[in-house]
Amino acid sequence: MATVTLENICKSFGKTDVIHGVDIDIADGEFIVIVGPSGCGKSTLLRMIAGLETVTSGEVRIGGRRVNDVEPMDRDIAMVFQNYALYPHMNVFDNMAYGLKIAGKPRAEIAERVAGAARLLQLEPYLDRKPRELSGGQRQRVAMGRAIVRKPAVFLFDEPLSNLDAKLRVQMRLEIRQLQRDLGVTAVYVTHDQVEAMTLADRMVVMHAGRADQIGPPLEVYENPATTFVAGFIGSPPMNFVPVGLVGLGAPEGTVLGIRPEHVELVSGSDRLHGTVVYAEALGAETLVHVRLADGTLATVRQDGTAPTPPEGSDVGLIWAEAHQKLFGADGTRL
Amino acid sequence: MEKRVSFKGVLLPLLLVLPQLVVTAVFFFYPAGQAIWQSLFIPDPFGLSMQWVGLGNFDYLLSNRYYRASFATTAVFSILVTSVSMGVALFLAVLADRLIRGSGVYRTLLIWPYAVAPAVAGVLWMFMFNTRVGVVTWYLGLLGYDWNHVLNEGEAMGLVVAASAWGRISYNFLFFLAGLQAIPRSVIEAAAIDGARFWTRFRTMVFPLLSPTTFFLLVVNIVYAFFETFGVIHTITSGGPQQATTILVYKVYADGFVGQDLGSSSAQSVILLVLVSLLTVVQFRFIERRVHY
Ligand SMILES: Nc1ncnc2c1ncn2[C@@H]1O[C@H](COP(=O)(O)OP(=O)(O)OP(=O)(O)O)[C@@H](O)[C@H]1O
Ligand SMILES: [Mg+2]
Repeated sequence: MATVTLENICKSFGKTDVIHGVDIDIADGEFIVIVGPSGCGKSTLLRMIAGLETVTSGEVRIGGRRVNDVEPMDRDIAMVFQNYALYPHMNVFDNMAYGLKIAGKPRAEIAERVAGAARLLQLEPYLDRKPRELSGGQRQRVAMGRAIVRKPAVFLFDEPLSNLDAKLRVQMRLEIRQLQRDLGVTAVYVTHDQVEAMTLADRMVVMHAGRADQIGPPLEVYENPATTFVAGFIGSPPMNFVPVGLVGLGAPEGTVLGIRPEHVELVSGSDRLHGTVVYAEALGAETLVHVRLADGTLATVRQDGTAPTPPEGSDVGLIWAEAHQKLFGADGTRL
Repeated sequence: MEKRVSFKGVLLPLLLVLPQLVVTAVFFFYPAGQAIWQSLFIPDPFGLSMQWVGLGNFDYLLSNRYYRASFATTAVFSILVTSVSMGVALFLAVLADRLIRGSGVYRTLLIWPYAVAPAVAGVLWMFMFNTRVGVVTWYLGLLGYDWNHVLNEGEAMGLVVAASAWGRISYNFLFFLAGLQAIPRSVIEAAAIDGARFWTRFRTMVFPLLSPTTFFLLVVNIVYAFFETFGVIHTITSGGPQQATTILVYKVYADGFVGQDLGSSSAQSVILLVLVSLLTVVQFRFIERRVHY
């Protein structure tokens, strides 16, 4: 259990700058999810916390101690890798016991701790098996077990669920959250899946091209995105962006109005904004109606599944409560 | 799934494998058969007649003091060559592995020594350590060490081992490097996070995961030390001094071509044939069960 602090972290691989100054303060026992598109530097950031990647500039602190030059094994962390990185030549028991053996723990304590983790993760029948004799979900659990037996201060996860099928992913997501709460360990979790981010995070960090665009609780980020990138990345379907010119708002050139699909309502006539229905996707509980606006941009309206759907090609008006609209400047930041 | 080409008739495939079959027959089956046949006879000193002795040649060999000594020499020689060439290669590969992840330039440069022909390598070492004009001998002399592998048995063995092992290092290095790079990086990183420092990681992760490569190289290098070091020994020591570097292969040559004892020489080749067959069987058995961990 420890706090983790990143202070103005930058990272370059040779001449390529990958991370351009990230600041994050993680409280003791907090579950932080780093989310962002592929290649934005999530793994790199996590690996710098783990000590697997050197920090080009800035400072990493774990439990208040500067760890920039501390080896991974001395940082009191555990990491779950995307491919699990199990030791292929060792059975499940030895995979979990490895770290404890190196730490020189007595045999009895090792056996007890591994047994405890195996019970928690329902791995008891498989302790003698090699990783290649396990299913994907079981391997994932072994990787988790290996992390928890050592009782580290910080858990690091790099897309731990991305190799599982959808159903297992939901189940493991709940288990990870439960486990982290029970153990009270600080966790940093990397994913590109916004559902995982929304459901797991105490606070999430939305990364974009090597910067942390926004840090905050999931709903806060959803409600109040700091940039057009965050607004477009979090939420599915993403927020609609409408040039202010179309809505007749007096605002500087390039300003964009953002409005979530569920906040827009379709009416038969509106003096504010109108367009042509392109197509509608009926998903059962809800219907997504895609509307082409006068300047060609597409907007999405999320309707209740029971509401009447306007026919394709018909002219519709779009209205929304002013409280829900967000304005973004030409540089993409919130006004 | 294996992709197979299929032919209609028998003629074309036969024609295609014929060159290989002819080469194998002329350069392997014929001499091997002849060796087995000759090993059962003793020719008279002028090579005019042969006398059937059954397994007499083998009997004589196995009780012969010099032949047994040659066995011991071969064992010492192959163990030294194999462990030195593999040890040095592994050490270099581990060092290189840390550097060249992702960079092909180093790898290409490091392959070059392999292109040095073994005969050239042998001559190179012979000149460096020549007792009269050798560079290394001269420097050793300056240091007060009198190098003379022509008289000193230990030095002779050391020199042929060094020359043989040296020619082998880059080959082993390539395999070790490929083996090291095939180990998932995240496994090593996980071990590091689990608390294993470099040496522990090497002992508990790298070395076990490298074992298929190591085993393969072990067999290949023993075969090399047994059979392909003839040139090195011939150029540097000619088996001397006092048979100190006469390994089995060299003895076949020395007894057969120099000593003209064809019966004994043939019997020796048959024994070598059996040995190499055994090694091959071991290797094939192993390749069948390749996944080891
Ligand atoms: N060892 C490296 N050398 C050079 N560039 C690297 C290295 N590792 C990562 N990069 C680059 O850094 C950037 C960020 O990589 P990173 O792996 O952190 O992305 P990510 O956000 O984890 O993406 P993904 O979701 O695909 O895993 C990428 O552009 C990548 O090409
Ligand atoms: Mg990644």
